[in-house]
Amino acid sequence: MKLTRRTFLKISGATAVGIAASSLGFDLSPLESYAATLRKDLKSAKETTTICPYCAVGCGAIVHSINGKVINIEGDPDHVINEGSLCSKGASMYQLSAANPNRLTKPMYRAPYATEWKEVSWDWALDEIAKRVKKSRDASFMTKNAKGQVVNRTNGIAHVGSAALDNEECFMLQKLMRAWGLIYIEHQARI
Amino acid sequence: MTNHWIDIRNADVILVMGSNAAENHPISFKWVTKAMERGATLLNVDPRFTRTSAKAHLYAPIRSGTDIAFLGGMIKYIIDNKKYFEEYVRLYTNASFLVNPKFKMPGELDGLFSGYDPKKRKYDKSSWSFQKDEKGLIKKDSTLQNPNCVFQLLKKHFSRYTPELVSSITGTPKDKLLKVYDIYSSTGKPGKAATIMYAMGWTQHTVGTQNIRTMAMIQLLLGNMGVAGGGVNALRGESNVQGSTDHCLLYHILPGYLKTPKASQPTLKAYNDKYTPKAKDPMSANWWGNYPKYSVSLLTSFFGKNATKANDFGYAWLPKLDDGQDASWLNLFDEMYKGTFSGFFAWGMNPTCSGANANKVRLGLAKLDWLVNVNIFPNETAEFWHGPGMKPKNIKTEVFRLPAAVSFEKEGSITNSGRWAQWRYKGGNPPGQAWPDAEMMTELYYRVKGLYEKEGGVLPDPVVKATWDYGPKGPGGKIKHCDPHMVAKEINGYFLKDVTIKGKPYKKGTLVPSFAFLQADGSTSSGNWLYCQSYTEKGNMMARRSRKDTSGIGLYLEWSWAWPVNRRIIYNRASVDENGRPWDKQHPVIRWDKAAKKWKGDVPDGGWAPLSAGKKSRYAFIMKPEGHAHIFGPGRADGPFPEHYEPYECPIEKNLMNAQKFNPAIKIFSPETTTPLDVVFSCDPRYPIVASTYRMVEHWQTGVMTRWQPWLIEAQPQLWVEMSTELGNLKGIKNGEKVLVQSARGQVEAVAIVTDRFKPFDIAGQTIHQVGLPWCFGWVTPPDGGDSANLLTPTIGDANTMIPESKAFMVNVLRKGV
Repeated sequence: MKLTRRTFLKISGATAVGIAASSLGFDLSPLESYAATLRKDLKSAKETTTICPYCAVGCGAIVHSINGKVINIEGDPDHVINEGSLCSKGASMYQLSAANPNRLTKPMYRAPYATEWKEVSWDWALDEIAKRVKKSRDASFMTKNAKGQVVNRTNGIAHVGSAALDNEECFMLQKLMRAWGLIYIEHQARI
Repeated sequence: MTNHWIDIRNADVILVMGSNAAENHPISFKWVTKAMERGATLLNVDPRFTRTSAKAHLYAPIRSGTDIAFLGGMIKYIIDNKKYFEEYVRLYTNASFLVNPKFKMPGELDGLFSGYDPKKRKYDKSSWSFQKDEKGLIKKDSTLQNPNCVFQLLKKHFSRYTPELVSSITGTPKDKLLKVYDIYSSTGKPGKAATIMYAMGWTQHTVGTQNIRTMAMIQLLLGNMGVAGGGVNALRGESNVQGSTDHCLLYHILPGYLKTPKASQPTLKAYNDKYTPKAKDPMSANWWGNYPKYSVSLLTSFFGKNATKANDFGYAWLPKLDDGQDASWLNLFDEMYKGTFSGFFAWGMNPTCSGANANKVRLGLAKLDWLVNVNIFPNETAEFWHGPGMKPKNIKTEVFRLPAAVSFEKEGSITNSGRWAQWRYKGGNPPGQAWPDAEMMTELYYRVKGLYEKEGGVLPDPVVKATWDYGPKGPGGKIKHCDPHMVAKEINGYFLKDVTIKGKPYKKGTLVPSFAFLQADGSTSSGNWLYCQSYTEKGNMMARRSRKDTSGIGLYLEWSWAWPVNRRIIYNRASVDENGRPWDKQHPVIRWDKAAKKWKGDVPDGGWAPLSAGKKSRYAFIMKPEGHAHIFGPGRADGPFPEHYEPYECPIEKNLMNAQKFNPAIKIFSPETTTPLDVVFSCDPRYPIVASTYRMVEHWQTGVMTRWQPWLIEAQPQLWVEMSTELGNLKGIKNGEKVLVQSARGQVEAVAIVTDRFKPFDIAGQTIHQVGLPWCFGWVTPPDGGDSANLLTPTIGDANTMIPESKAFMVNVLRKGV
């Protein structure tokens, strides 16, 4: 879907009014009213700290949420590295939240030679992936190499990713892939 | 980073080269600015005048791919003008070591080091060795005068890098070269420090590793390693690329930089023996001598109670590489193109835009039976089957597109470039049915395991015996939800038995206090020895948020936790003299307290007394078996000293430094072997312009996360290509016009930015133009926003790391419709 800043604000719950020509040539009233609503909401919002998901400076930010819905994210003034500052990406972190209608929300499947996506359940997707992992693993597993040395590896599945994951997930993921016998395991650090 | 972000404030000179920190790591400039406020000088060397250049006291242009020539000239300058910090060099580096007399250098061998085999494109490194005495100890000459000592060889090698020759290779005006050399080398004395901030501008070359080594050698010569405001600092580009590297989502290493086992190591003993270095010198700490403690603790974390002494702790279940096998990125996609894989996971990655020679990657995906893509937004990888030039009805690949939670919709830690592991919390719910990645991994673990338990299959043991104790278990022994704290604790490690260490008892099931307690007998576990101490019985160290800083140099020892063992500046034993007195009295990192007989300040690189204590002490560089930093680095694939070679795809016929045009030790992907897309055209009139890829502040990596955000896409809506006014005039291209950028491998459409930020280079009398374009766009969104600049880049990698050479390749630029 094509999304402008204005429609985004509308979708994300801010008050949007029609554009009226102003002396600036554009209308600031939706932004002003959004800011006013936000100021009010922030008072009752829950604050949790986070670390920016972009570059590896590791800037701190504060997430404001109401009943699990993120309403704002801004720089953490107590953070010793960024002392509240954020770059343009970091300052836009809110637009990564569930408020952005472009976020993926459902597991999807594209069948061989299909021209479209099909919506599927998690249960189905995970079962089908598991079956394929087993089939590919069993078909390509090499117990011994050409020299007769034990190698116990899965030659037919590769994996890439991800520096965007948490440490705990990175550890789990490499454990899982290695338990399945993969050797073709790579990610962003190589490129 | 050997140091960390806040530490930049302690520098006297800052060199930004191979990065554009002001644009791509903007908040780093908070600390660059703090340093400048106290009088530091900012130097910037880059092919293009960037946002960093705009802040610099001195900007010097450089042709892409000639950094070794530039920095090699600095080494010559430092030696010729005696700018090096002699006492430091003598105490802490291998400058005094005597090298095998059979060792020969490029000045003597037409650009090669001794031992080159042109058929294998590999070196036999036997002559790259040190002379040893009858006790097996390395022979040294502390006067640094012996013609075979490292220092004299270094001097001889770089004597060829004259300012005139360097200037003709790099295109940097000689006066600017000398000015950079003079200012930077002014820090080669006690109490002064210079730092280097580099990123992919140095790594993405066929000589990437040697680019960084040249700088590391400069830092050693100037005594800038281990000190505040110094170090070699890689500005890492992804929030957790440090952590994902530490946990080794890479083919060649296991968590904590342990080696992936090889086919020639059939037993745990053979494996440990191979990778546990031995040191003859009693003053060498030889930290990797602890290797078996870390490898066994890793295996017990993988397989839990199924890992026993009797079964080699499950070592046989780990997949093994053939000896010499390289399964890194470029080879992975080469194999994919050849049809080796039926299945592929692209988890939190968009390789169809981030991979070099992206057309090859895109076509490779069509050879798969199935593809799983996990992401938070639609991207060019999951959607590849209906991308440009693709016919969905001809593409068999099944695709599973799984929606993930974003960072602040789950809990866990990430490690920044300064090695700080910082905890973050769940601040909101993911949209719709999006899941945290850890839950997907958990489900896949149980479902694949279940199939093997039910149906059997090939070697089910590792699949069914790997543990997954990451939460309270429900019916059937399955965890209901993954608890990241449990994972973090497994990474830290547990005592698996009641043990007594150094007279102190530790209970089974308690967390190991630090890696010094890990054992090789199966009595401890640790998923990653480097992170042992991150989550202890005292709590989650990564979640600490104390703003207290008693160090005076911004170490913030109680803010989060840094590996290893909360050390904020690594190699800090080199920040002091023989008696433990800091070289820099104003910014001491550590100092020896004689009365208390211990170090004060940062966590030292080992608690031994200073060097003057003789045998009670240990050399400063504890990770090297000889205890000294490597000015002579015999471990590299392409030479113990760096040498200038041209980029694999380059604009000039002859390397002006030597008779080898490009790095003799790189792997060549011939267009005849896998795909014609592996073509390169050097010195070809069809592709006469040097190109480089880079980033911009508004978008991130391939743009998957930022191109779907209205605020950011409004600021930077489409692909552009920057070129000099001179090139614009030559090509009849005006600022703002749509142009095509073409390489031998692909083309993209972009908006021309005709600018004075680029200037043509004068390379030995030849005018060389360079252009640059960002790689953050893709065809999925925004419409007409352009596609990935990686459609242009070649399949060629660094001789040591196989990181693709995306920073120097050849293109043409032409007006659209001409």
